[in-house]
Amino acid sequence: MRWHHKFSLRLRSLFRKNKAELDLSEELRFHLQNQIDEFVAQGMHPQEARRAALKSLGGVEQIKEECRDARQVNFIDNFLQDIRFGLRMLRRSPGFSMLAILCLTLGIGANAAVFSWIEGILFRPYPAVTHQERLVAVGGTSRGEARGTPLSWPDYLDLERSCTLCETTFVSKITGTTLSIGDRAERTIGSIVSANYFDVIGVHPILGRGFLPGEDVGQSAHPVAVISYKLWQGRFEGDPAIVGKTQRLNGVIHTIIGVAPEGFYGTFVGWGMNFWVPASMEDIFEAGGYKLEDRGARWIEAYARLKPGVTLAQAQQEFAVISGRLEAEYPTTNRGRAIRLWPLWQTPFNNAGTLLPTLQIMLAVVVFVLVIACANVGNLLLVRSFARRHEMSVRLAVGAGRARLWKQLLTEGLVLALFGAAGGLLVAYWCRHLLVLLFPARAGVQMHLTGELDWRVLALCAGVCLLTTILLGVVPAMQAGKIDLANALKMEASGVVGGRHRAWVRSGLVLVQVSLSFILLVAAGLLVQSLLRVRTTSPGFTTRRVETTAVDLVSGGYDATRAETFREALLERARALPGVESAAFARMIPLSYGSFSSSPIAVDGYEPPQEESPTVEYNEVGPDYFVTIGIPLVAGREFTRADDEKAALVCVVNETMAARYWQARSPLGDRVQVKGRWLTVVGVAKDSKYSSVREQPKPFFYVPIRQNLIASGTLHIRTPLAPQVMATAIAREVRALDGNLAPYEVITLQEQLDRSTSPQMVAVTLVAVLGGLALLLAAIGLYGVMSYSVSQSTRELGLRMALGAGASNLLRLVLTRGLALTGAGVLLGAATALLLTRLLGNLLYKVSPRDPLAFGSAFAVMITASLAACFWPAWRATRTDPARVLRD
Amino acid sequence: MAKPTDLVQGTLDLLILRTLELQPMHGWGIAQRIRQVSKDVLQVNQGALYPALHRLEQQGWIRAKWGDSENNRRAKYYSLTPDGTKYLRQEQAQWKRLSLAIDLVLETP
Repeated sequence: MRWHHKFSLRLRSLFRKNKAELDLSEELRFHLQNQIDEFVAQGMHPQEARRAALKSLGGVEQIKEECRDARQVNFIDNFLQDIRFGLRMLRRSPGFSMLAILCLTLGIGANAAVFSWIEGILFRPYPAVTHQERLVAVGGTSRGEARGTPLSWPDYLDLERSCTLCETTFVSKITGTTLSIGDRAERTIGSIVSANYFDVIGVHPILGRGFLPGEDVGQSAHPVAVISYKLWQGRFEGDPAIVGKTQRLNGVIHTIIGVAPEGFYGTFVGWGMNFWVPASMEDIFEAGGYKLEDRGARWIEAYARLKPGVTLAQAQQEFAVISGRLEAEYPTTNRGRAIRLWPLWQTPFNNAGTLLPTLQIMLAVVVFVLVIACANVGNLLLVRSFARRHEMSVRLAVGAGRARLWKQLLTEGLVLALFGAAGGLLVAYWCRHLLVLLFPARAGVQMHLTGELDWRVLALCAGVCLLTTILLGVVPAMQAGKIDLANALKMEASGVVGGRHRAWVRSGLVLVQVSLSFILLVAAGLLVQSLLRVRTTSPGFTTRRVETTAVDLVSGGYDATRAETFREALLERARALPGVESAAFARMIPLSYGSFSSSPIAVDGYEPPQEESPTVEYNEVGPDYFVTIGIPLVAGREFTRADDEKAALVCVVNETMAARYWQARSPLGDRVQVKGRWLTVVGVAKDSKYSSVREQPKPFFYVPIRQNLIASGTLHIRTPLAPQVMATAIAREVRALDGNLAPYEVITLQEQLDRSTSPQMVAVTLVAVLGGLALLLAAIGLYGVMSYSVSQSTRELGLRMALGAGASNLLRLVLTRGLALTGAGVLLGAATALLLTRLLGNLLYKVSPRDPLAFGSAFAVMITASLAACFWPAWRATRTDPARVLRD
Repeated sequence: MAKPTDLVQGTLDLLILRTLELQPMHGWGIAQRIRQVSKDVLQVNQGALYPALHRLEQQGWIRAKWGDSENNRRAKYYSLTPDGTKYLRQEQAQWKRLSLAIDLVLETP
């Protein structure tokens, strides 16, 4: 059928309603006139003919209504009418409307914000990168360990060549450098990438070019770099002739060949990248030298885009086949190694993995908040539906069908939900950057954790809005459905009908609110305790009196030998500073993102099982390291200045390593083979934390810096002075040695530990804030129910007073009722919480999911809040004037 | 007021369309004409006629235009659209098949 014709007809009936109505009347009048004429012609009296004609036509209004139905105007018309009516109802009780919309805005807003974070951080984390839905993270695993590890470059190349299910693969490994432009030196981060990087992610530099095929081959062969838009604008002042200019990166002159577009942050969840260099420059940016031809050196983080229609399982299977073949072909390096993939939201090597548990918990929490908000608004609607019972009865009495009534109530719910959703989207929009603000700032790293409000998020919000509508509409509609017409009209004044049922529903809603917010309080309590434990549990070294800083000697053009001389000199000067108890250099500080050196080891007298090829991480440390950082030695000695390149090669192992490879024997004097050299164990250090506070004890060892020359190192200083004081002193000493150098910020190891646990901090903050919000909503709900029940039972209260009950009796009566409701809610909540809190899993640290302290404090908070909520209604109950109540 | 059953409703549509095929006509005229042609057997219920006309117009099978009637009153004249003619053919064939079938059933000894 001609849809446009139909549509215009419908529009006409809708918008030119007066015209259509007039037409209809006139048409029927014409019919009536003709009928009258006919009856008169048959000999009737005109008056009588008119009456007969009307009768034969049937009800004129009814015919009109059916004609309107036939035009299908009514459906839209009724809907618009309901919306108008809903808006009018909102305007008429602004207090109710504001409260209801505020509740829904908070509820829907919290959901929308978390949806947008999940979208922007876990599912579509890389703005401007095409086809992210088919992107997966690729890494390695070693047998018996679930943790993802990096891949080696030769393994990656083999994977790229043999993978048939991948459309493309690329490498993106985070690295850092110090940028000295003009007189300002500043830490910044970037990526080492495969040459195909910009082509396959679909990002085209706005100036210059991306990398050419082959630019990722060779050792230091292609010193070229693409810079970020931000860097270009910020440090190069948007120089339009930037392409072709050079910049020193890690001591090597690089040619800038391109500028990435604005809004492209690279491919590392959480941090914005500022420069990209091809993999051939790896030995300039990575510790441990040239690794592109070393199958045993695992350092790269890769991605693959699967072909359309390929499932993760299929791709995983192919990866397993490929890594199985590599294992057979290169047993010395690949024994026990596999290549596997992860969906983007589980990427093991960036902030996605650390934020995943937090966001999962947040998702559950915001659903709770939404339900609580809905229960609150539902309660408000119930109160109002009581006031509107007369209206509903009249509507039913004059012939509105119950379906029509339901439709009206749902539409009113929809109006509320739409306002709530609009407000909620605003909230989500404002909260886009909230996560970044919650993380502590660190020098040289631009956080990029932005919510993404795309169509998927909007669709989800629409779904939430619809769900809310149904939740909101259903309660009053149930009430409307229960109206007993005759009784309602008859007994309107006394308002008793359905009272008991209504009170039950309202109490039920409060019960739900109380129990849900109790669960959130318990969760918040558990997380706060975990955070405290994480931050106060000793990591095995001193945190408060040890400060660290570094000087980027590589960018300053120092080679390893000159760097060693510089470090010796700086160490001398640092030790001489007032307030410095001791000082030492080490390559890595514990609990940082960077990776320790690692090597396959062989131990004299230890025969590894067939499957195992022991690989252990180690740190290069200088003399006095253990004294400075506060790791006690349980046996042997620490490194001294005598352990230099001319002396015998030595190492210090930790307790776990000693226990694993020497069992009951003392390792002192025994030898360990590391990277082909035999080292003598001279000491055993107590276990400490190396990469994460939460890790299990693991084997680890230390080697002297002087015997393992490194270019970069971190200065550790033991001092009671504040970091700010130390920073000035160290900066002065560094400048005295070399006017072109400046140290990084000086932070305590405690600060380092706090930074490494910031995801927990964020989870705690968010859950605590939302838990507080939920508590507030529940208290409002409880207050509403109690004050309503007081206002409904003034007669009973007055009677009690007249019979001699004192103010304190009434106070107690009302408070007891409120507390009974809270108590039931708390019981229900506690039972549910016992089942649910174990889902916090990874976020809990040294705290039982059934921790009595968390449950106890949640209980105390809940009871206090409910006492506060009930007190005002109870106090009003004592103000009841018995004389007046009984007179009424 | 009880709604006409589907069969009756469908039949009414058919009668209206057939009547309009001969010449454009107003509602009153359609009712009269059906009564005359059927020799007073079919009395069109006025309460059903107008909703049916509006529905047919909505479906695009007939269209309405205001004009003057024989006795110089303003009347709403309905006429068949090309789509309507097509639909009428279809429905007529359908009806013939149906009534033949019913005849067969009724008259087969």
